[in-house]
Amino acid sequence: MSTTESVPAIRSLQIAIIGNPNTGKSTLFNALAGLQSQVGNYPGVTVEKKIGRVKWNGRPIQLIDLPGTYSLSPRTKDEMVSVDVLLGKQPDIGGLDAVICIVDASNLERNLYLLSQILDLRLPTILVLNMCDVASERGTKIDVGLLQQRLGIPVITTEAHRRKGLDELRTAVQAVHEQSTQDQPRPFPAEFYTACESVRNQLREWGEEEIPEYIVERLILDVGGHVENYFAHRHRDGLPALLASLREELSEANCKIPMVEARVRYAWARELLEGAIEQEPREKVTGSDRLDRILTNRVSGILIFALLMLLVFQSIYSWAGPFMDAIEVAQGWLVGVVEGWLAPGAFRSLLTDGVIAGVGGVIIFLPQIVFLFLFIALMEDCGYMARAAFLMDRLMSCVGLSGKSFVPLMSSFACAIPGVMATRVIENRKDRMVTILVAPLMSCSARVPVYVLLIGAFIPSVVYWDWNIGFWSWQFGLQALVLFGMSSVGALVAIPVAWLLKKTFFRGETPPFVMELPAYKWPSPRIVLSRVYDRARAFVTRAGTLIFATTIVIWAAAYFPGDHSRLYPLQVEISRLESQLESTSSEIAALQPTTESVDGNAGNSTSEPNSGAETQLVTLQQQQEQVEAELQKATAEYNSINSELLEGSFLGRAGHLIAPIVKPLGWDWKIGVGALASFPAREVIIATLGTIYSLGADVDEESEGLKGAIQESRWPDGTVVYNVPVALSIMVFFALCAQCAATLMVIKRETNSWFWPAFTFCYMTTLAYCGAFVTYRVGMMF
Amino acid sequence: MTTLDELSVGQQARVLAVNGDDAIAIRLMEMGLTEGEEISLIGTAPFGDPLEFQVRGYRLSLRLREAARVSVQQIDG
Repeated sequence: MSTTESVPAIRSLQIAIIGNPNTGKSTLFNALAGLQSQVGNYPGVTVEKKIGRVKWNGRPIQLIDLPGTYSLSPRTKDEMVSVDVLLGKQPDIGGLDAVICIVDASNLERNLYLLSQILDLRLPTILVLNMCDVASERGTKIDVGLLQQRLGIPVITTEAHRRKGLDELRTAVQAVHEQSTQDQPRPFPAEFYTACESVRNQLREWGEEEIPEYIVERLILDVGGHVENYFAHRHRDGLPALLASLREELSEANCKIPMVEARVRYAWARELLEGAIEQEPREKVTGSDRLDRILTNRVSGILIFALLMLLVFQSIYSWAGPFMDAIEVAQGWLVGVVEGWLAPGAFRSLLTDGVIAGVGGVIIFLPQIVFLFLFIALMEDCGYMARAAFLMDRLMSCVGLSGKSFVPLMSSFACAIPGVMATRVIENRKDRMVTILVAPLMSCSARVPVYVLLIGAFIPSVVYWDWNIGFWSWQFGLQALVLFGMSSVGALVAIPVAWLLKKTFFRGETPPFVMELPAYKWPSPRIVLSRVYDRARAFVTRAGTLIFATTIVIWAAAYFPGDHSRLYPLQVEISRLESQLESTSSEIAALQPTTESVDGNAGNSTSEPNSGAETQLVTLQQQQEQVEAELQKATAEYNSINSELLEGSFLGRAGHLIAPIVKPLGWDWKIGVGALASFPAREVIIATLGTIYSLGADVDEESEGLKGAIQESRWPDGTVVYNVPVALSIMVFFALCAQCAATLMVIKRETNSWFWPAFTFCYMTTLAYCGAFVTYRVGMMF
Repeated sequence: MTTLDELSVGQQARVLAVNGDDAIAIRLMEMGLTEGEEISLIGTAPFGDPLEFQVRGYRLSLRLREAARVSVQQIDG
């Protein structure tokens, strides 16, 4: 591993950082690595790989942030990654020079369990006591010198969120790789090490290469763990029997596996702390406890939680609105600039409808992501997030998930993208995967325009309740009921889907819900902001490019083939007429105040108007009407050519191709094209329908023209296309389908595989199709 | 002798053993539930499950099923 020792000036030091959850590990990593860390995935697993490259005193350092964990006893492939990295067996990382183990100084005993395992790796190690401020606030005094002396490794105290103690840590890191690892503790009884030796010899005899001591320890200790499974698979006939007999022997020697590990390591931790830690007598019930009683109470706890969730939901649903509108306005402005700059043509269309729309389609999600992660980071950092999971666990366990799935799923009601990204709080891989896969079923805000258009056009406005209290009136009717039904159908379907996924793809024993409930503290602005920045950056850099690419592909499918040159003169004509209309209107506006002021001066006598101005105004108004009529004609022609072009494009042909498939849903080819074109994002169907019905792409869900056009739309035999069952069938389809490239790309990024987004798309589209079919058929019976 | 899920709020107990040697048992031991440790029930979630314990100076949440895996001896007073 350390083969390049001869050129120490160039070789970078490889330093891993590991620690329990809630110790401030990520904060320490960000403080050391700056914001320029690289984020990726380890190959073949869902574990996030975070690497920071820095230079201290001219020496390049590579920092590797390992996932937060309570112990290093891998039971799955995902958990094995950390062990592999630490042992220098992860090919894309290479050998390690040292490891930084960060612990929560206010909760030392439990945190030292992990340190005890790290020391068994025989790597140069630095112990970082973080959150020393919290510890001393709670009356804990730690004799750092004594700890350092007993451990024989550097012990550094830090307050990572205040950037305290970092220089000392940097100095220690640069010196530590020369540290000897010979005196590190061997806490187990001698019998255990003898057993390790015999397993090792046996494996060597069976032709295994040199196996690190720590792996041999895990092989004996972790009953049914990843290491045992790996080797048992390779030496099926010898190993299981050997392990069984060794474990039996150890059990007789008062070294019962697996109990011995916890016993030995905790005893070691207690002995280490004996006399090195002084605890002022604590109040029996701390302030944090009192707060906890209120926040987890049957009544107040649920109420506060509900209010908080409402606030979070409100923030992503409405507060993000103005920012998203601003992004759209900026996008429109940019399109205007490009259109003023370039002559009509394929390149201009690529820029405006492809590139700008694509970039806009990525950053439009940023406000929601930022708002959600602002709340999540605040809740995590103050310690409330664990309570939210605690409160909701019983409810979520009904579908086989845990309380940790609640916040990601609830956020998905506003938008599945931040929701899927928020699943990182779920450590259990199976739970996390199921949560990711059902999150897109929650009714997100992008489905609302589809519902509003179709409900407005086809659902009669029957009012059931009409409440008027002062200025405030509230109506509840059939339209609201349908909107409510459409918003709930996804969540209702998600229950059996989650249950099924848990029974098929993600079968296995129910994962333990063993979770630390950290003491409450004030959130640190620095931690919160850096977490929000991290998430936003991860979305733009990792998912953004894929979302952008999808938009370009769909643009090309809708643009080619087709002779767009017929549009160019019309486009030029339309912009000429528009500017003419504008100048005429401003001329009229300039004339009008004069006439008014003359009227005003003349008092009541209106019999003598300013005849010169009057004649001019009349001429201008006639001119205006004429230009308006010409503009209308040109626009209508433009829209109808555009509609033809879309029908002739690859996308339109595909729409015709799938017409027989969507016929059973009561749909014609136009709706089919709408569904295809809305693959990048559901709301695109409105603009596509606008184009198909020759109304132009800038219609919205409130547009009377579009409502009228779909109400008038007919099959070739003259019968109307849309009736109530068809409208409902479209709505159900959009409620259940996976028409959101951005979500699929985020799933790809979060699961590190193309299989799961493909799976999500297929299962949701199948569900959507069946749902729409049943809705249409049942609807037609009435 | 009883199990952790049988404690009432505020009650203290001493851990006797974690039953079994599967992933859940190992996890419970890793979190500090070892023989002789004192543990007390602090409260329960609104639906009575999961439970909140204090052990080794920190707060730990366990589901009833998991708590039932831990044999304890109640401490009087």
